[in-house]
Amino acid sequence: MSDTPNPLPGRQMPHEDYLNASYGIRSWLLTTDHKRIALLYLGSVTFFFFIGGIFATLIRIHLLTPSGALVTPETYNKLFTMHGVAMIFFFLIPSIPAVLGNFLLPLMIGAKDLAFPRINLLSWYLYIIGGCFALYSFSTGGLDTGWTFYTPLSSVYSNSAVTPAVIGIFINGFSSILTGLNFIVTIHTMRAPGMTWFRLPLFAWAQYATSIIFILGTPVIAITLLLVGLERMFHLGFFNPAMGGDPILFQHLFWFYSHPAVYIMVLPAMGVISEIIPTFARRSIFGYSFIAGSSIAIAVIGFLVWAHHMFVTGESTYAALTFSFLSYLVAIPSAVKVFNWTSTLYKGSISWDAPMLYALGFIGLFTIGGLTGLFLACLGLDIHIHDTYFVVAHFHYIMVGGAVMGYVGGLHYWWPKITGKLYPEALSRIAAITLFVGFNLTFFPQFILGYLGMPRRYHSYPPEFQVLNVLSTAGASILALGYLLPMAYLTWSMRYGKVAGQNPWPATGLEWKTDSPPPTENFHVTPEVTWEPYDFKNRPDLGLAAGAPLPAPAHGDD
Amino acid sequence: MHRTGDLYGQFQTLEQQKETAALGMWIFLVTEVLFFGGLFLTYTINRSAYSTAFGIGSNTLDIKLGAGNTVVLIMSSLTMAMAVWSAQVGKKKLVGVFLIATLGLGTVFLGVKGVEYKQKFDHHLIPGRNFDMKYHPTHPMPGDDPKELALEKKEVEEAFAHDPDINAHGQLYFSLYFGMTGLHALHMIIGAGLLVWLIKGSFAGRFTPQYNTPVEVVGLYWHFVDIVWIFLFPLLYLIDRHR
Repeated sequence: MSDTPNPLPGRQMPHEDYLNASYGIRSWLLTTDHKRIALLYLGSVTFFFFIGGIFATLIRIHLLTPSGALVTPETYNKLFTMHGVAMIFFFLIPSIPAVLGNFLLPLMIGAKDLAFPRINLLSWYLYIIGGCFALYSFSTGGLDTGWTFYTPLSSVYSNSAVTPAVIGIFINGFSSILTGLNFIVTIHTMRAPGMTWFRLPLFAWAQYATSIIFILGTPVIAITLLLVGLERMFHLGFFNPAMGGDPILFQHLFWFYSHPAVYIMVLPAMGVISEIIPTFARRSIFGYSFIAGSSIAIAVIGFLVWAHHMFVTGESTYAALTFSFLSYLVAIPSAVKVFNWTSTLYKGSISWDAPMLYALGFIGLFTIGGLTGLFLACLGLDIHIHDTYFVVAHFHYIMVGGAVMGYVGGLHYWWPKITGKLYPEALSRIAAITLFVGFNLTFFPQFILGYLGMPRRYHSYPPEFQVLNVLSTAGASILALGYLLPMAYLTWSMRYGKVAGQNPWPATGLEWKTDSPPPTENFHVTPEVTWEPYDFKNRPDLGLAAGAPLPAPAHGDD
Repeated sequence: MHRTGDLYGQFQTLEQQKETAALGMWIFLVTEVLFFGGLFLTYTINRSAYSTAFGIGSNTLDIKLGAGNTVVLIMSSLTMAMAVWSAQVGKKKLVGVFLIATLGLGTVFLGVKGVEYKQKFDHHLIPGRNFDMKYHPTHPMPGDDPKELALEKKEVEEAFAHDPDINAHGQLYFSLYFGMTGLHALHMIIGAGLLVWLIKGSFAGRFTPQYNTPVEVVGLYWHFVDIVWIFLFPLLYLIDRHR
């Protein structure tokens, strides 16, 4: 580039980065650059978020009146099923790993790309093919089995388009597996000189833990759904009691993946929070090795708790006791994280930037979600609140209050790195607060509804529950605004935002040592890491030294 | 990422590239263990629930074909290992020879599997409307051993006396038989495709002592598929042979 004459005299030539290195649709659809693939994922998971969001909107409108305001009971079954399938399999699971993880992991460890760039592209295509099958199912009869696909409803009795949905999730599973495989290998073999395991950013540790679940859990759901599909297509009886099969076996196999899948959703968000908090508290993370280790602990223990979804299936009391105990055990590494984040804030120099607001929101909502999870892990209490709105509220606090808050917070935090532009700060703070308020108004009433006995997945309810349902629907409309706002101003900022520079916050990770947006090969020279992670005192290269005044974060509307 | 010679752009050295590829394959194999694991669990649960039906189903399999196929597959693992070794020591011609031998043995295995499937089809042992465990003992095929057949008939009749649902439970056995061997065969077919790709590469002289990662990685995969069969063979063929 440097020896070509400047065609526009008087104007600075923009430096070459991954966005302007090549042009045209082919350069995107055939790219093997992890940063471009991350953007492909960003577009596609946002699309599925909208699809799932439309279903959620219809559900909430329907529940405005006790007898159901909008759709028939059959359609209602389809709405909550398709909401779950779209959101879980096609938005939440790929969201942080495939978008932020893909973009950041090589940058954070100082690599030029992931270990297998072509497999990375293949993952995206598998996701798209799986997504097309799911959309085909949604649009040709829908899906009414619940996202859990319990047999024999899914394999024998359901008249909806189960087979294409199952095929779609099966294919999409391989996208997850290949992403997880790619991340694990990358973290093992692609680290820059000096980037030891205990200098890895905590986001990378979280991705590693998530990837363990991807590679160990996803194949089990893949084979299970394959068996459901075969059962449906060829009238086999693996899980059909009428033919000697065992429906409880299906539930065991399903939850062996689908419980750890909850950690697939929340662990990466925890990684995001571990990055945001030190940056905006300007303080080294408290208990680095405990946070790193607790990610791995959550991934491992998370595999041993699945049957707590099945306390009312008639499993043996001793099994139930064991699974209840193990479920309580997961609370320990989760609490370790919360306490360490809180300790990091203590005596920190906190600034209330938008990513920080999301992170603080995450800590509060995740804590509520986690503690109510303990209610559900309790054998006696679970009998009372099983399959009620209490469960719905609990997992939305983890998945939306936790995972989605982490994802949106992470998008804000790394937006300047991804696009090279700053977003408008005041607006983004309003959006973060809107999201928080809307979320709580939507889901907190559902805890009360569930505790009072309103079952989940019902299209109607007794009139005394109406006030709380109306509150929830009102909250959902605020929540929707909280999502639409960032979508609008982040898109706006890509064109009109102020130029961000390498390190606007400033933060200490390796990804902030390269251009924004980064060049295709990530670093002009292979970096060498000589510093400890999250050190805000001994980084003269970033202008951070003990006693020196802390630089203020750069904002798009300063 | 553009590549320089055999080195892809994201790597610094050939050693790093090789280590990365091997680790990637090992992790993929871990995934495969869990993928097959779901089937093995389904098999185990159902076999413990319906051991009679599973025993009878197992005894209808042709042990000679199954055992022969096991030998064929172990031989193919040997030739695969030899291909990897030849690549590592730089015997370029031998690489191709051993790869072709591996492909040949793999094809023999699949062919024999096809013969076995055909047999099950003729005996009405494909799960579905016409599944009937009583069909074969009462409808002898040319080439059947009358002694074996009489034994099978007695066994089936006894089982029906005990458990009138034996046809339903037998279908579970055969669903799993076709599911497990079918998934295994699919892996063999994918492996055969990879072997064809390697054979092309070996004729182009691509594999040298410095660069033989593809041969090694496909070798790992091939051995894994063989090991799956080593578990499938006793579970499907041998569980009730002690009578």
